[in-house]
Amino acid sequence: MPEIRISQPVPQPEPAPASEPAAAALAPEPSTIRRFLLARGNSAFSDYLFKVLMVLCALSIFVIVLLIGYELVVQSRLTWVQSGIKFFYTAFVDPDTHLPQYWDPVNGHFSALPFIYGTLVSSFLSLLLAVPLAVGVAVFLTEMCPGLLRAPLSFLTELLAAIPSIIYGLWALFVLVPLLRQYVNPLLVKTLGWSGFFDDSNPTGLGYFASGIILAIMILPIISSLTREVMTAVPHSQREAVLALGATRWEMIRTGVLRNARIGIVGAIILGLGRALGETMAVTMVIGNTPEIHRSLLANGSSMAAVIANEFAEATSDLHRSALVEIALALFIVTIIVNAFAQLLVWAVTRGTPSQAR
Amino acid sequence: MGVSIEVQNLNAWYGANHTLQDINLNIPANHATALIGPSGCGKSTFVRCLNRMHETNPIARVTGSVKIGGRDIYEDAKPVEIRRRVGMVFQRPNPFPTMSIYDNVAAGLKLNGFRKRHELDEVVEKSLKNSALWDEVKDDLKKKSGASLSGGQQQRLCIARALAVDPEVLLMDEPASALDPVSTSKIEDLIFQLKSQYTIVIVTHNMQQAARVAEKTGFFLNGRMVEFDSTHKIFTNPSDKRTEDYITGRFG
Ligand SMILES: Nc1ncnc2c1ncn2[C@@H]1O[C@H](COP(=O)(O)OP(=O)(O)OP(=O)(O)O)[C@@H](O)[C@H]1O
Ligand SMILES: [Mg+2]
Repeated sequence: MPEIRISQPVPQPEPAPASEPAAAALAPEPSTIRRFLLARGNSAFSDYLFKVLMVLCALSIFVIVLLIGYELVVQSRLTWVQSGIKFFYTAFVDPDTHLPQYWDPVNGHFSALPFIYGTLVSSFLSLLLAVPLAVGVAVFLTEMCPGLLRAPLSFLTELLAAIPSIIYGLWALFVLVPLLRQYVNPLLVKTLGWSGFFDDSNPTGLGYFASGIILAIMILPIISSLTREVMTAVPHSQREAVLALGATRWEMIRTGVLRNARIGIVGAIILGLGRALGETMAVTMVIGNTPEIHRSLLANGSSMAAVIANEFAEATSDLHRSALVEIALALFIVTIIVNAFAQLLVWAVTRGTPSQAR
Repeated sequence: MGVSIEVQNLNAWYGANHTLQDINLNIPANHATALIGPSGCGKSTFVRCLNRMHETNPIARVTGSVKIGGRDIYEDAKPVEIRRRVGMVFQRPNPFPTMSIYDNVAAGLKLNGFRKRHELDEVVEKSLKNSALWDEVKDDLKKKSGASLSGGQQQRLCIARALAVDPEVLLMDEPASALDPVSTSKIEDLIFQLKSQYTIVIVTHNMQQAARVAEKTGFFLNGRMVEFDSTHKIFTNPSDKRTEDYITGRFG
């Protein structure tokens, strides 16, 4: 306080006391502050500079995305010119075995079909496994978890998202795959073999099923933390409304919470799908890496990301390289669309609910 | 038909905050009973103790006995069955936004597994007529969502939702506090009609409203029940000085 007083040797005594005697007592105090603020001017230039800087930062993201897209398009021209849209669905017939062949770099045959198939199968399998678990975790954490456990538990689920995928891959290779090989796969063949989705042609334990499981573990934290977010955005009055009708806890969660949060939960699931589609390392390590299409989930396959990671460094012919880039382009476009859609859904739910409505 | 409510030595806490202290009163069956008192005195807490909603708050605690229709709801019953018999209308309308008007009203029955279409239709119509909303919504029962109605319509929808499960007691926590005079008088008419079939407990800040709809009135102050008597007596000749001060507007 004393410092401020020193810096005000010339107050403006004339107007204040003359017009309002009551305000006179207050007048000397704020005047230094007022003069200090006035001396700062209108700050227009720094404001402008800040704005330009921020716009540049935001634009850089667009530029990066555009550059990636441009590069992928240019680099994949060769395949596009040669096979066009057929690249995504043709199969070649092997002259010797008369079996369909999709990917034969030696003879220059390239089709993306087995990789698209592998990506879709492993991703949807992972959703099938992860969604019930993730929603269960979210329900437990938001609605039933005792306060003491909540923080450590949500911290742990969140931590799952921070583990590098190579570690998941290693774990899958050393723990999951042997487990599948010895116990789970034989059991599946025995009990569900009739469906045709499980056969014993592949004794390694690798394949679509193994990658589906490891993907499920990897997308679990994303889906559950977003689901938790949209669930907490549901106002408390909705829960009370259901409870007051005589609902049990599960009925309250189903009608009062999940039903109100469903669009956001779908968004969370699609965001998980986006992650699963593009996941590379862990999948490459356990999917088996054979460019084939099998009905059995226990068979070896490959995925879009896996084939690029596996073959790009060794691709010698221009056509081979171009085919890989075209697969990358397809993956790029699909993941962007899936993620944009998911974000839109999550946003649609969390937007209209300010925190005071809870 | 409604049932009577006997409250004995009811105490309630929010954490360390002793919100209700030694409440004793008998609420008669098939009448409307009003609860008045300054903001924060514990009226909402009290009605929430009557259907065991109070304990859904993790920091809340309650002791004492509440007998509804002769049965102690804290000793002899589970919260879920009590809430099926004791309907509640909240201070702020809270319809289910993702459900149609029809499903909002039918929610309580559907929740409990009632699936007979024809009877559901009848219950929905009867409840909406009882809550004076039927004429305004009958054409888009299944087209419009609960959230698309106006605030007053939403509150009447919530009343219909509570009536649909045919409760014995209806608790209304300031049901008209957010409503315009027209909607308010509709709800008052409604309480007037309903009280022959239900036991109604209504919290209100509006003294005229209490005087208009209720036979009995209780005055709360700082977590205690200061006076409970016939509405006429409370408003014309209260026996406690504090009640008189409150209703004449000298404080609160
Ligand atoms: N959820 C809660 N958590 C903690 N304390 C609460 C909570 N709800 C109410 N209280 C406290 O309990 C006391 C009684 O609150 P209550 O809501 O019953 O008052 P009220 O009479 O209904 O007031 P109003 O007329 O404003 O609705 C208040 O002191 C309030 O601070
Ligand atoms: Mg209240």
